[in-house]
Amino acid sequence: MIELKEVNKSFGSQHVLHDISIVFETGKVNFIIGRSGSGKSVMTKCIVGLLEVDTGEVLYAGRNFSAMSNRDRKEIRQEIGMLFQGSALFDSLTVEENVKFPLTLFSKMTAKEMTDRVNFCLERVQLEGSNKKFPSEISGGMQKRVGIARAIAMNPKYLFCDEPNSGLDPQTSIVIDTLIKEITYEFNMTTVVVSHDMNSVVEAGDRINFVNEGSIWWKGDKQEILRSSNQELNDFVYASEFMRVVKDNIK
Amino acid sequence: MQLFTHIGRYFLLMSNVFRRPEKWKLFFKATVQEIDKIGVQSLGIVALLSLFMGAVICIQTAANIDSGWIPLYTIGFTVRQTMILEFAPTIIPVIMAGKVGSNISSEIGTMRISEQIDALDIMGVNSANYLILPKIVGAIFIFPFLIIMAMFLGVTAGALIGVLADLLPLADFETGIQYDFRPYQVVYSLFKTIVFAFIIVSISAYHGYFTRGGALEVGKSSTQAVVYSIVLIMVANLLITQLILT
Repeated sequence: MIELKEVNKSFGSQHVLHDISIVFETGKVNFIIGRSGSGKSVMTKCIVGLLEVDTGEVLYAGRNFSAMSNRDRKEIRQEIGMLFQGSALFDSLTVEENVKFPLTLFSKMTAKEMTDRVNFCLERVQLEGSNKKFPSEISGGMQKRVGIARAIAMNPKYLFCDEPNSGLDPQTSIVIDTLIKEITYEFNMTTVVVSHDMNSVVEAGDRINFVNEGSIWWKGDKQEILRSSNQELNDFVYASEFMRVVKDNIK
Repeated sequence: MQLFTHIGRYFLLMSNVFRRPEKWKLFFKATVQEIDKIGVQSLGIVALLSLFMGAVICIQTAANIDSGWIPLYTIGFTVRQTMILEFAPTIIPVIMAGKVGSNISSEIGTMRISEQIDALDIMGVNSANYLILPKIVGAIFIFPFLIIMAMFLGVTAGALIGVLADLLPLADFETGIQYDFRPYQVVYSLFKTIVFAFIIVSISAYHGYFTRGGALEVGKSSTQAVVYSIVLIMVANLLITQLILT
């Protein structure tokens, strides 16, 4: 479980996060949704430690991550897997080397065990046989899947996905959403997905947190989000014609 | 004010760079790769420039000696001194700042904007140490070899052009390159080279590491890396020469 307690973050005079208190549950896909510039990426960066919070606490299973030194954070970081918006694969390494990278640095596995683990992760994301390809030689959807394979290589307790569907076609998006959902349940991870794609939310979201102007404006599950009367949330959820049709059908 | 911000940030970055590597095996592997990228792949350009510069210095010196009172071996002496004291240890690093510095800055800058550095940080890797230390160690190791090669090739080219263009007999050139030779000057040059290698890599890595934005900013970082590296090489050259040779 990850818990944020009254987290605040400012950049100069710009107050980006206001007293954020939120719990991301274990074994669930927790979504953070909101408009561009609402503060959801800053919140995620604060949670994973890429940005320091000004005040408040970020707790990983009760451990106060935000108060730890970089050295102490290392242990928790090795329990975190992250899928980046642009995949963030290392260009100079092959698919296999990318997935093996965290294992090489932090595990005590033998070469054979590492290869087996890499093959397991690649099979899990349906990328068996792509070991020797470079990131530039595979499609965007495949890059995302390699990103997921790398993120789960160390068997993490926490998985963060930043805009996992950006730049992907709808079918590939569903593949990625399904994969995120499956591995969350399979490995009982605490998964946090940052997105503004409502299809993803409906497809994979267990718990949804709507961020607006740096605050949590709404929390609930995907059944509740479609029936909410929160005006800001409805403006966001039903911004597209497609979602308005869905809303009419629900009615 | 911004200058102090840069200086502070630079030293903070260096304090993260000079830490114990996560895995020595990976560090040595990365260092060998950097030696290849920085040094071996620069052999051609260094050799070419040294040959032509040595030959040109020889011709220039010969052309400017119009007094019969000045011995011909002065040509060999001038070629040797120029190559050892300034051309090889200073001008070659300036050229390397353009070639290697821009490459390092754009490589690290691209990793920054494509979130690869964030990925390293989230995994718990000290990204500054992992990415920059092998480059610094590799450059400090290989630069002296490049510079020794540049000195040798420059002097050889001077001798060749001197003889082939009938500017002076080989024996006079040999006398010139042996005249008042002080091995300490080679040591001074190699010391300078090591300092310049550190400046080029650390400054370029700094600009790459703190790149923000997109492709345009990577280009800007790359240009800044080259400009600041060259400026600092010139300042360091003056300081080292004043401190060591006078």
